[in-house]
Amino acid sequence: MGNPVDQIFVILKHWLLSFCPEGYVPIASILLSVIPIMAVFGGLFALTTILERKGLGRIQNRYGPNRVGPCGLFQPIADGVKMLTKEDIVPRAADQVIHFLAPFALIGPVYIAYSVLPVGRNMAALDLDAGLLFFFAVGAGSELAIFMGGWSSRNKYSLLGAMRAVAQMISYEVPLILSSVPVIMLAGSLSPTAIVDAQGGHSHGLMQWHLFTPWGIAGFFLFMIAASAEANRTPFDIPEGESEIIAGYMVEYSGFKFALFFLGEYLGLFAICGLGITLFLGGWHSPFVFLEWIPSYFWFFGKLMAMIFVFIWLRGTLPRLRMDQLMGFGWKFMLPMTLLNILVAAIWHLSKTWLFPGVYLTRWALCLGILCAAYVWLGRSLAGNRSVGKRVYRFAD
Amino acid sequence: MTISFIIICCIVAVGAIAAMSLRNLVHCALCLTVSLAGLAALYLRLEAQFVGFAQILVYIGAVAILIVFAILLTRSNEPDESAVPRAGSWSGVAGVAVALVVFGTLVLSILSSSVGKTDLPASPGATVKDLGNQLMTHYVVPLEAIALLLTSAMIGAVLIAKPDKLRAGRVVKGGGEHASGT
Repeated sequence: MGNPVDQIFVILKHWLLSFCPEGYVPIASILLSVIPIMAVFGGLFALTTILERKGLGRIQNRYGPNRVGPCGLFQPIADGVKMLTKEDIVPRAADQVIHFLAPFALIGPVYIAYSVLPVGRNMAALDLDAGLLFFFAVGAGSELAIFMGGWSSRNKYSLLGAMRAVAQMISYEVPLILSSVPVIMLAGSLSPTAIVDAQGGHSHGLMQWHLFTPWGIAGFFLFMIAASAEANRTPFDIPEGESEIIAGYMVEYSGFKFALFFLGEYLGLFAICGLGITLFLGGWHSPFVFLEWIPSYFWFFGKLMAMIFVFIWLRGTLPRLRMDQLMGFGWKFMLPMTLLNILVAAIWHLSKTWLFPGVYLTRWALCLGILCAAYVWLGRSLAGNRSVGKRVYRFAD
Repeated sequence: MTISFIIICCIVAVGAIAAMSLRNLVHCALCLTVSLAGLAALYLRLEAQFVGFAQILVYIGAVAILIVFAILLTRSNEPDESAVPRAGSWSGVAGVAVALVVFGTLVLSILSSSVGKTDLPASPGATVKDLGNQLMTHYVVPLEAIALLLTSAMIGAVLIAKPDKLRAGRVVKGGGEHASGT
C-alpha cells in the first residue's frame, strides 16, 4: 500500500468498511466514495467564491467582501443562507416541471463526472477502462440542462441565451476532445488512472509529465482554452454575460435554483481543471523527486488551486469575446490547431526510434517548429488586413 | 431478468411512449432523450462500456440537441393540434400496420440468424483497445467510407447554408468592421 500518510483515506475507508455488516459492504463502499467527493468539491466551491471575490477585488483595486467574519471569510455562509431563504420565483407562463428539473439535470452529471478523476494514489472512485470517454459523455448532458433552463422559462432572452450557450459549448467540445486525443494516443489508454501512471517516471531530473513535450505544451494550452469555453469562464462567458446581455439562460431563475446553476458552473470548472491536471500535469505526481514525501492528494488539490487561481486572474484581466469572434476562434483556429497537434504527437512518437547524436533536441525543434509555424501562419491569415496598433482613445486621454 | 434490467426497460418504454403521445414537441424530444439514456444504461448493463458511453455522447450530447434546435428553428413552441393524428383515423391505422410489419421483420430475422444459437462467452472481453484495433485494421474501409460520407454531408450542408450571392447582392462578412475603433 505504500506510505501510510499518502494512503490515509484509502486505509480509513477500509477500516470503516470492516465495521459494516456483510451484505451492506458494496453500498457502504459506494457511499464512502460518493459522500467525500460531494463534500470536498462542494466545500471547494464555497472557498472559491470567496477567493474569487477577494482576488477580483485585489485586481480591480477594491477590498472585496470584508464584513462577515475575519477578513470576510464567512461570506460564503452568509451567501448560502441568503440563497436558501430567498423567494423562489417561477414565471406564471413557465413550464413548471422542466423549469424545476433543469438545475438538477445540470448538477447531477457534473458530480458524476468526478467519479473517474484520480485525486490521489489509488483514489479514483471508479477505475473505468473507458473513463475519459465517460467524462466527456457525462459532460455532454449539461448542454441539454442549459437548454431546458432557457426554454422552460418562456422568455425570449433566456431562450436566446440558452441557444447561445449551447452553440458555444458544442463548438468548443470538438477542440476539447481533439486536444486530449494525443494524450490517449501516447498513453495508449482511455483510463485516467493509466494516463496518470504513464506520467510517473523521471528523466534528467524532470517529471515525464505530458506538459514537458512539444505536443503537450500545445495540447495543454488548447485544452485549457477549450475548457474555459466549456466552463463558461472569461473570456468566453458570453452565455451568462451578466453585465451586457443579462444573465442568459438563468434570467428567470432566482433563489436556490439560481444557486444550483452557479454551483454547477463552478463544479464543471473544477472537474475540467481536474481532467486537465490528469491529462497534462501529471495527475497526483509531485513535480520533483525530492518532494515525493508530500502526499499525492496534496499535489492534486494544489495543482487544482493553482489552476483556479489562473482562471480568477484571467477573469480579472481579459474582456469578453463577441459571439462571432468566439465562433470564428473556435472553428477557424482551435480546430485546425488541435488536428495539427495530433499529427505532431504522432511525429514525436514515431521519431522515438531515431538514433543519432542530439536526437532529443532535433525532435523538439522539429515538433515545436511545426506548431509555431502553424500558429503564426494561422494567426496572420485569420487577422486578414486588420492592423493591430496602439489603441487611440477619443475622450479618455 | 434482474431488477436493474426491469427498471431500465421501464425507463426506455415509458420514455418512448411519452415521446409519441405528448403534445408539446420539446417535451417529446426530452422524453426521447430519457429513452435514449435508458438504452445507454442497457448497453452498460451488458458490459459494453464503449458503446454505452458513445451512445450518451452521440445521442444525448448531439442528436437530442439537434432535434431540439430543429424544432425551435422550424416551428413555434405552441403545440400544433393538426399535426397529431386522431385515434381511428386512416393515418393512425397505417402507422400501426407499418409498425407491426417492421416488428415482424425484425423478429423473423433475429430468430433465423445465428445470434441466439451460439453460446455467449462468460465475460465479454472486448475492451476499448480491442475495438480500436479492429476499427483500424479489419473494419478500416467501412470506417473511412462513413467518414467520407459524413464529410460530404457536412460540405453539402455548408453549401446550402451559404448566403446566396446573387440574391443577397453582397456577401455578408462577419466581424472585422466593428472591431476597430474605440
